[in-house]
Amino acid sequence: MQPCGTFNVDYARDMAILRTRTQWVLTIGGLVLLFTLPLYLSDHLLGMINMLGIMIVAVLGLMILTGYAGQINLGQAAFVTVGAYASALMTTRLGMPFWIAMPLAGLSTGLVGFIFGLPSLRVKGFYLAMTTLAAQFIIPTLIAHVRTDITGGGRGLTVPTPHLGDIVLNSQTAMFFVIVTVVVLLTFIAKSLVRGPIGRAFVAIRDNDLAAEAMGINVFRYKLLAFFVCSFYAGIAGSLYAHWMRFINYDILTIMDSIWYLGMMIIGGMGSITGAIVGPIFVYALDQGLTWGANQMGGTFATLPATLPAAIHVMVFGIVILLFLAFEPRGLNHRWEVFKAAYRLTPFSY
Amino acid sequence: MSAGDVRLRVQKVCLSFGGVQALSDVSFEVGTSEILAIIGPNGAGKTCLVNSISGFYTPQQGDIYYKNHEITGLAPYKIASRGIARTFQNIQLYSGMTTVDNLMAARHIHIKPSLLSSAVYFGPAHRREIQHRKVVEDIIDFLELESIRKKVVGMLPYGQRKKVDLGRALALEPELLLLDEPMAGMNYEEKEDMARYILDIFDLRKIPIVLIEHDMGVVMDISDRVAVLDFGRKIAEGTPEEIKVNQSVISAYLGDAGF
Ligand SMILES: Nc1ncnc2c1ncn2[C@@H]1O[C@H](COP(=O)(O)OP(=O)(O)OP(=O)(O)O)[C@@H](O)[C@H]1O
Ligand SMILES: [Mg+2]
Repeated sequence: MQPCGTFNVDYARDMAILRTRTQWVLTIGGLVLLFTLPLYLSDHLLGMINMLGIMIVAVLGLMILTGYAGQINLGQAAFVTVGAYASALMTTRLGMPFWIAMPLAGLSTGLVGFIFGLPSLRVKGFYLAMTTLAAQFIIPTLIAHVRTDITGGGRGLTVPTPHLGDIVLNSQTAMFFVIVTVVVLLTFIAKSLVRGPIGRAFVAIRDNDLAAEAMGINVFRYKLLAFFVCSFYAGIAGSLYAHWMRFINYDILTIMDSIWYLGMMIIGGMGSITGAIVGPIFVYALDQGLTWGANQMGGTFATLPATLPAAIHVMVFGIVILLFLAFEPRGLNHRWEVFKAAYRLTPFSY
Repeated sequence: MSAGDVRLRVQKVCLSFGGVQALSDVSFEVGTSEILAIIGPNGAGKTCLVNSISGFYTPQQGDIYYKNHEITGLAPYKIASRGIARTFQNIQLYSGMTTVDNLMAARHIHIKPSLLSSAVYFGPAHRREIQHRKVVEDIIDFLELESIRKKVVGMLPYGQRKKVDLGRALALEPELLLLDEPMAGMNYEEKEDMARYILDIFDLRKIPIVLIEHDMGVVMDISDRVAVLDFGRKIAEGTPEEIKVNQSVISAYLGDAGF
């Protein structure tokens, strides 16, 4: 959908990601604003944005696998854990710099995801969900109990601070630049991927795997590719997490996180890269807002049972998400598209 | 027919599901330049035959050759990338995609994308998209799909979806086209249009077409040869004129409307 009076005179225009001058200006302006955030924000807020950035990377991967290729994954948090350990072990045990460990963590987690994707040859939907759920239980257990001399087992692992030349990246501001750069880069890659032939093959498999096969798409291969890409993103998210927190444990992330990632993806809007960004922002902001509200309430009404504010927090959160699924099941991105269309076509809707 | 003139050879194919014998000993050939119609009453095994050729079913016995290479038992995606395209009797589109994207997705075998070349949508990747979009737009023009170019196909009326299904098969640039009842459920005008498209495809693309169809009027009008299936057996084969007067065909169809 485009503004009135903007016609795609040729396919090139029609097929570009950014089509109008306004879109270019907004994108560049947005990026400039984003990278100057440390000038205006406190360390506390930057820390929250860093956490959010890491979640966005994990959700981007999940969006490609589940939102585009239609393969459900209940174990994304476990894959993030794999990435965190891969990166931590490469830097601590092998002395690699963070900048090399991060992409390698992505690739090795991609490989693990690939292996857990193999059952997708035979099973679909609910049954596939079970095999990814298995990853969620197997992986932390392995980390906690196998070769604990390497992984640190239940005691966890201290992770070295990344360096850039002589600069030690040990502040929220420094990590902000690292994380946000990675988020921007991976968003662009995700957008490119879904925009082109591989993205179409993914959606073809999601919408009709029988037809996809009849149209020359090697369905199994593309399912595995989607698993690889999804866990590559998880691996990068894990690497960022490890070097941002500088301490990891086998249970840093649990099944709850996997479910949250799915929730963020659904709220953002399945099958949309924008959704993979606004979903986490919305959910995280809501969560933080409610935590703050609950704390205020606990402080004001000191006579209330101590657990009540927390319970209300969880309940309100649940209700908001339920309302969302009931009234806007296609996610925030869809609402935004509708709004854009209405704005652009006013006053002539044709 | 000499070997060079044969695009597809189906040889003594038998296919059964448990106790149901869907195809028994079916043999026929498709030349490099003909429209072959396959007709037969409901449940005769026509769709099973298409599914066997396109790799969805593997016959228990018999062989299928395409351009003199055996393709029996190959995976459907391999058969498609060798140049055999098909449509589906019960339309199987990518319902969440637009018309353009349905057709673009069928360019897959010609794009052969790699992960690295697709990860950065710039320069070469963009030019490649434009080049394939051109092919797709030509098909959209040909099938008069302009008005639904950007519509999500799940919402389209039946007749339009049938056309998109055909367009998607054409986007593969096949060298053999299998059409499983492309006119089923259409009104008279839509049928006329579809018949015209099929003849135009045959004329312009110079590819052989296997047409499965119930409407005898259409079959007699546009096909060069007709093969008749009944209870999984081929009971007759010949020109439309020969088939019209063939006794076993008449008795197989006895009481069948339209004959
Ligand atoms: N997957 C399957 N499993 C079991 N039986 C099947 C299967 N597919 C087809 N059959 C049976 O094979 C026989 C032939 O079916 P087919 O769909 O090929 O008929 P058709 O000639 O295409 O009929 P129609 O004109 O109704 O489309 C039918 O008896 C059908 O019930
Ligand atoms: Mg049939």
